[in-house]
Amino acid sequence: MSEADGGPPLLVAEGLTKAYPGVLANDHVSFSVAHGEVHALLGENGAGKSTLVKMIYGLVRPDEGRMMLEGRPYAPHRPSDARRAGVAMVFQHFSLFEALNVAENIALGMEEPPPQGELSARIREVSVAYGLPLDPERIVGELSAGERQRVEIIRCLLQNPKLLIMDEPTSVLTPQEVEILFRTLRKLSAEGTAILYISHKLEEVIDLCENATILRHGKVVATCNPREHSARELAELMVGEILTPPHRERAAFGDVVLEVRGLSLPATSHFGTSLKDIGFSLRAGEVLGIGGVAGNGQDELLAALSGERPTAADTIRLSGQEIGALGPNERRALGLLAAPEERLGHAAAPDMSLTENALLTGAVRERLVRRGLIDWPRSRAFAKRITEVFDVRTPGTEVPARALSGGNLQKFVIGREVLQRPEVLVVNQPTWGVDASAAAAIRQAILDLAEGGAGVIVISQDLDELMEISDTFAALNEGRLSAPRPARGLSVEEIGLMLGGVHGAKVEEGADAGA
Amino acid sequence: MLVLEKRKVPSRFWARATPLLAVILTMLAGGALFALLGKDPVEAVRTIFWDPLFSEFAFYYRSQILVKAWPLILIAVGLSLGFRAGIWNIGAEGQYIMGAILGGAVGLAFYPAQGWYIFPLMILAGALGGLLWAMIPAILRTKFGTNEILVSLMLVYVAENILSSVSFGILKNPQGFGFPGSRNLNDYAASANMDLIEGTGLHWGGAAALLAVMLAWGLLTRHILGYRIRLSGEAPRAARFGGVDPDRLVLICLGVSGALAGLAGLFEVTGPAGQLSPDFNMGYGFTAIIVAFLGRLHPIGILLAGLLLGLTEVGGGIAQQNLGLPAASIKAFQGMLLFFLLAMDVFTDYRLRFRREETI
Repeated sequence: MSEADGGPPLLVAEGLTKAYPGVLANDHVSFSVAHGEVHALLGENGAGKSTLVKMIYGLVRPDEGRMMLEGRPYAPHRPSDARRAGVAMVFQHFSLFEALNVAENIALGMEEPPPQGELSARIREVSVAYGLPLDPERIVGELSAGERQRVEIIRCLLQNPKLLIMDEPTSVLTPQEVEILFRTLRKLSAEGTAILYISHKLEEVIDLCENATILRHGKVVATCNPREHSARELAELMVGEILTPPHRERAAFGDVVLEVRGLSLPATSHFGTSLKDIGFSLRAGEVLGIGGVAGNGQDELLAALSGERPTAADTIRLSGQEIGALGPNERRALGLLAAPEERLGHAAAPDMSLTENALLTGAVRERLVRRGLIDWPRSRAFAKRITEVFDVRTPGTEVPARALSGGNLQKFVIGREVLQRPEVLVVNQPTWGVDASAAAAIRQAILDLAEGGAGVIVISQDLDELMEISDTFAALNEGRLSAPRPARGLSVEEIGLMLGGVHGAKVEEGADAGA
Repeated sequence: MLVLEKRKVPSRFWARATPLLAVILTMLAGGALFALLGKDPVEAVRTIFWDPLFSEFAFYYRSQILVKAWPLILIAVGLSLGFRAGIWNIGAEGQYIMGAILGGAVGLAFYPAQGWYIFPLMILAGALGGLLWAMIPAILRTKFGTNEILVSLMLVYVAENILSSVSFGILKNPQGFGFPGSRNLNDYAASANMDLIEGTGLHWGGAAALLAVMLAWGLLTRHILGYRIRLSGEAPRAARFGGVDPDRLVLICLGVSGALAGLAGLFEVTGPAGQLSPDFNMGYGFTAIIVAFLGRLHPIGILLAGLLLGLTEVGGGIAQQNLGLPAASIKAFQGMLLFFLLAMDVFTDYRLRFRREETI
């Protein structure tokens, strides 16, 4: 849009460089954003996207390079400088107080907040104008992730920003909510607000953005119009290698290996999610994908299946045997293994070595402990086997888990369970924050495991991933699980409805306002 | 501008070097403290660290260092297991007292009978006394979620009152001319905790302390329970995922540390102290916390740290006698050791960097 008016671009970055110990997060990054443009910042995890926008938002200061905003030098020392200059940012992780209502939360982020009544009126005004249904009086703790994101967006819009930075905004949204968000962003762009849109989801970027800057290992590798490229081309630019999609022979399913009936669990904390009457069955060789927006009971479901939170004995049956009341190690002995979402601190102990972390879940099935005594050579051999079979890049098995990159540690965590030949494997977010090649390797391992006759449950927020690997699909919404359906042939709209459609009231208003 | 920067991997060098640096800093700051009290700082520090080992009376002091070190080591080994798992038993002093009372009471019940079985029974009762006392905070934590730091600490004062009560009451020496305190257990052959080798300071409590060090070392490096203790301290969620029952671990860790503290009390009351009296306890249960941390919660480290603190106890005693330093200044001196140790620990996980104020 700006090319037409011929003025200077809104934001110009020249040679921005930022080094952290051991990594060059940004290496002479230069790019520009025009007025009213929706500009994508593409790259894998660790490519340097976050560092770059943190420099623009004043959270991090560059080691080298400079920026211009509307033709004037721009060097924010802190986020408040950036906001005064007209730069706003919506973070991937929200900073909201759950016990306060929407208007109070927004007032807390303002330097001189107007009185509550006036502020509520302005929130309503902006929310209607941009098609973001939101009630200023509601308590944030009761809002869905999509609604919380709207709070953050409206907080930004009240400042009339010239540049709005959005960090991976769709990772927590249902497809319907994504549609609403995109309408809002297009409207903002039409009014002249530039948007810097960070994502690794290519279809979205092609749909929304006019320009894209692609980062790899902290360097700009391409600047292009994403609409002139296929998703595959963009992915290869991002990753720097040719990607092969996962593959398996589909075989007929075997007998039911895991059956869950009437599984209910109260929430452990005030803002946790309780599981409500969950039921499904899983057959040998089947991959059951469980989708859902974050915070709808994923962690709780994993804890109930892994045995971290035991329940009534008859709610979970493994090959006919009641296991609901058993703990994690007893379930492991019977062949039910799990890999939680959070790698550091849950799936693995950060400061313990890979050998010690191999022992964490491998003790029972790999017979690493005899009469209470740990067989260290055997544990080390098991850890070594994981790193070899799953191509975990590490100097050795005695380095602490936290020294590994996210992708390598995730390969270790998944490999540790897969190599124990589970009857049933439950994984939560298997490729979250993992680079594309590691993600492909992990998905392939899951498919190979199912092909070998195990039942696999994949809990994920990445719908593309679930569609790629699942045989059956079910959605988790506010602690309830929908009836599983064959994944092949499900449309995006059907999935969206299974996920609970648009969270909160006034679906119609959201649709109307954008039209 | 000075900034602390988190290290990617904790520094092994600093983890090893901090105890030594803490000792040196304590000598400097302690010296300053003694100087402010109007004493010659060099002489005071020399009296505390040098005289017990190398002065003309060192032959006596050396065995005294061991006598002071054994209870510290025995208690600290037990505490370190809990500390590693994030279970904070601060009340070892109370468990030490209760072990001494219950163990001592069993011995006094047999008086004046003689028999080889009396001392072993007293040892069992001593361990049991400490264990039961530690079960109070353990059960309150597992059943009601109370904070074991507060409960175990407050129970120290309850135990002190019980000690005072029995010293004046049921365990008072009938032939003691009305003075508070029990019969002397060290003079009663069946219950005496004698030096195993005459004049060395190595009594049964020393044997128990050395055994505890070895067992704890084996537990932490070879046994699955030791692994679970370490795992729970480092990553509680991972521990639950790994099948650790957190409540059971609380009971085990508080139970073991309570039993070892009780044993230390029993060996003390039957040996160096000799009798139960209102001023029987001298703070070993608290000093052992310093020993545990100074020894990096590692059994061998605790052995060395126990000997060092034993040295400061004896040296502090000499300094009180010869230089007239107040007893409280010796306690402050030991406290500084913990303070500097914890402060220096920052460098294990962080590095200090000097950064120029950037101008853009």
